[in-house]
Amino acid sequence: MSRSDVLVDADWAEAHIGDPHVVIVEVDEDTSAYDKGHIPGAVKIDWKKDLQDPVRRDFVDKTGFEALLSERGISDDDTVLLYGGNNNWFAAYAYWYFRLYGHDKVLLLDGGRKKWELDSRELSTEVPQRPRTSYTATEQDRSLRALRDEVLDAIGKRNLVDVRSPDEFTGRLLAPAHLPQEQAQRAGHIPTARNVPWSKAANEDGTFRSDDELRQLYQGDAGLDFSKDTIAYCRIGERSAHTWFVLHELLGLPNVKNYDGSWTEYGSLVGVPIELGEAR
Amino acid sequence: MTDGCGAPAGGVSAPAAAGSQAVVEGKVVHQGAAVSTGYARLLGTGEEFVAEVPLGDDGGFRFFAAPGSWTLRVLAPGGLRAERSVQADYGQVTTVEVTI
Repeated sequence: MSRSDVLVDADWAEAHIGDPHVVIVEVDEDTSAYDKGHIPGAVKIDWKKDLQDPVRRDFVDKTGFEALLSERGISDDDTVLLYGGNNNWFAAYAYWYFRLYGHDKVLLLDGGRKKWELDSRELSTEVPQRPRTSYTATEQDRSLRALRDEVLDAIGKRNLVDVRSPDEFTGRLLAPAHLPQEQAQRAGHIPTARNVPWSKAANEDGTFRSDDELRQLYQGDAGLDFSKDTIAYCRIGERSAHTWFVLHELLGLPNVKNYDGSWTEYGSLVGVPIELGEAR
Repeated sequence: MTDGCGAPAGGVSAPAAAGSQAVVEGKVVHQGAAVSTGYARLLGTGEEFVAEVPLGDDGGFRFFAAPGSWTLRVLAPGGLRAERSVQADYGQVTTVEVTI
């Protein structure tokens, strides 16, 4: 797996608009962005409504994922090109999700919606009508997903990468600064975690930094031991999907999991260890 | 209010009540017109990235920051960009108008 296998630029995307074997998918939390204008031919996936179970806190199950992709007109053989706002947070989350359910022909658009907009590339309000398919997913690949007990067991043993902002990591804030402060019962971070904010992996236009810069960031600056397994987390698992993409897909580390329960779960657990302040 | 990490649903046109929050908000204007396509970034000391939001239809943006000094950077198509220094405090709405 190398960068060119998983990441494409806007020129590539533009050249594949209308390609019958490529389905472009915009993934956002607030899908009003899609409604305002999207890459021509792109279908939309709503991060919350489409990908989360409506009752309990979990993903849609295999059957639900199959129903979603069938309804959106995506086949098992299609190459899926994902992009979205928030520097591709939710697109990276969807990428991880597609891989979790066994769809390997999936790509991320470097820079996502932001770079596309800043480049003044074409946006369309026309919603494509794709014929229904009969999509078949595999069972979840649990080698990509960490649950809370595994995270607790990883303290002091594996790399724990907290990708939230320094203020969230140290406990000064409970959520990113563009959101009201709410959610977890306690602030802070998981003991032994290193703080490498997701944003350090991205350039200002939302594109990913070079492999050399990324290696220096995680291995050199943050001191991650690349020979160990790694778990990434944030607040709800989408920023850490961005970092999972960097570590697992761009840098090719073999055992990297995303903890999608993240701080909203961990920071509300009774009796678990929490650290405040800078990393120790 | 949203419980995710994305832009608040419905954009940022509703006025913020600061309550116990440290709110930084404003609008971006270019040649007299609201800039509806672009991004506002909040940066900390040493240009450390803190948060980013897409501009609303009215060119608006809003952050819920920690108290302190911040740099606000605006990016828009055509290479347009601007920076402002802002101060945020709990219980206050700091309003910044940015012309690029």
